Amino acid sequence: MGDEAPVVELRDVTKSFGHRRVLDDLCLTVARGHSLCILGRSGTGKSVTLKHIVGLVKPDAGRVFVEGQDITSMPMAALSQVRRRIGFLFQNAALFDSISVGENVAFPLRRHTRIGDTEIRSRARDLLGQVGLGNEYDMMPADLSGGMRKRAGLARALALEPAILLADEPSAGLDPVTAAEIDALLVDLKRRSNTTMVVVTHNIPSARTIADQFVFLHEGRVLGRGSADDLDRNTSPLVKEFMRAQGAG
Amino acid sequence: MTALIVRWLEAVGRGSQFAFRAVCAMFLPPYEIQETLRQLFELGCRSVPLIAVSGLAVGVVLSMHTRASLARFGAEALIPAGLAIALVRETGPLTAGLLLSGRIGAGIGAELGAMKVTEQIDALEAVAVDPFKYLVVTRVVACVIAVPLLTTIMNATGMLGGFAAETAATGMSLSAYFTKAFASIQFSDLIPATLKTMVFGFIIAVVSSYLGVNTTQGTEGVGRASTRSVVVSSILLIVANVLLVRIIFFFYPA
Repeated sequence: MGDEAPVVELRDVTKSFGHRRVLDDLCLTVARGHSLCILGRSGTGKSVTLKHIVGLVKPDAGRVFVEGQDITSMPMAALSQVRRRIGFLFQNAALFDSISVGENVAFPLRRHTRIGDTEIRSRARDLLGQVGLGNEYDMMPADLSGGMRKRAGLARALALEPAILLADEPSAGLDPVTAAEIDALLVDLKRRSNTTMVVVTHNIPSARTIADQFVFLHEGRVLGRGSADDLDRNTSPLVKEFMRAQGAG
Repeated sequence: MTALIVRWLEAVGRGSQFAFRAVCAMFLPPYEIQETLRQLFELGCRSVPLIAVSGLAVGVVLSMHTRASLARFGAEALIPAGLAIALVRETGPLTAGLLLSGRIGAGIGAELGAMKVTEQIDALEAVAVDPFKYLVVTRVVACVIAVPLLTTIMNATGMLGGFAAETAATGMSLSAYFTKAFASIQFSDLIPATLKTMVFGFIIAVVSSYLGVNTTQGTEGVGRASTRSVVVSSILLIVANVLLVRIIFFFYPA
């Protein structure tokens, strides 16, 4: 799976919002080409962890490294360069609602490449086709269902062929068939491009398909980590309960 | 009470810092020219019907009031000149500013507020685009350019409204009306008063952008940001107008 140097590393990261501590001395590492799945109940800091990796949230304490560079207090220009190598799928897709679905996907290409308009449109159509939205280029985000928005968000996240993909609940709100297609797309992406992934999901079967490493977060702390089997064997009642409930679901 | 004052002062400090950052960013690359032009169309061109129709109505009303006042002194002949000076010096710029703080201010506050709560601003940042440059500076530049132009449109339609009222009352011809009106207007009446609306545009864009990008508490927060954008920018605009009129009188004494 390539070299094992961490592509993403969170070192003793602590973050509070007001009086509420969301992350508490969190340590994570993901090596190149690996997929880490962050599990945990709602409100345990999973999305905040993803936002730290792309520099949208700064830690109160600790350091965040992406491809060996400390992004914790990096100047904006340098951080922008790092961000171009990261694709981020937001929990609610966060499509720009003033432009069409196709232009959402084309947006990163228009901003960061020198490709011509025809080629950009063609690439955006291809990406939309990969997520099953080949005919929706000209539709506005407001006209899409939640699941379609999510898929369009994924297409936008993949537009710059990122070295690192951060996905916040990629299969939430999708029907089982589309969810399986998205999982297959992510697995294929990892295999073809050696893309490093950090995925937040509540869907254990989906996580088992996509990820090779797991972390279980509770109140901003890691309660369990390792392979899916390691989590299955974890003795923490919270981890056991979560894995059992999800397995039953 | 003390806590309230401290909170208010903090907000003033943060707002001033935001405005200063906007001024600096306007002159530093990258220049988001395409997005600025789009905003110029959205904020400027789309405001033309509101400004044109309002100007027409203001002109008619102002003409009727001027007629009523001047008729007492038998000075009806001064109506075109009086109306032109009143419109160009103060009524046009201030009315346009207040109308635009309603239309543009509410629009920017709501749009940026909605983008904030739906994580679209984070999404921009995640695709390595500086949201401050892309969302705030483009709107500030567009407003600084658009508001003086819209004020000029308001002045023009106001004069037309004044003419309509005057010709209905006395049958005065278009050329006679505008000859009398323009004869009374000097450089010092028109240019400083129109240029001061660049400050109005800056205030409207900065205040509503600041409140928009700092929106919290979901859709309720979006509504609040929109309303507060109008209220705060209108108040600041009126206060700034006092100061600007004082400065104009200093350089161009009446």
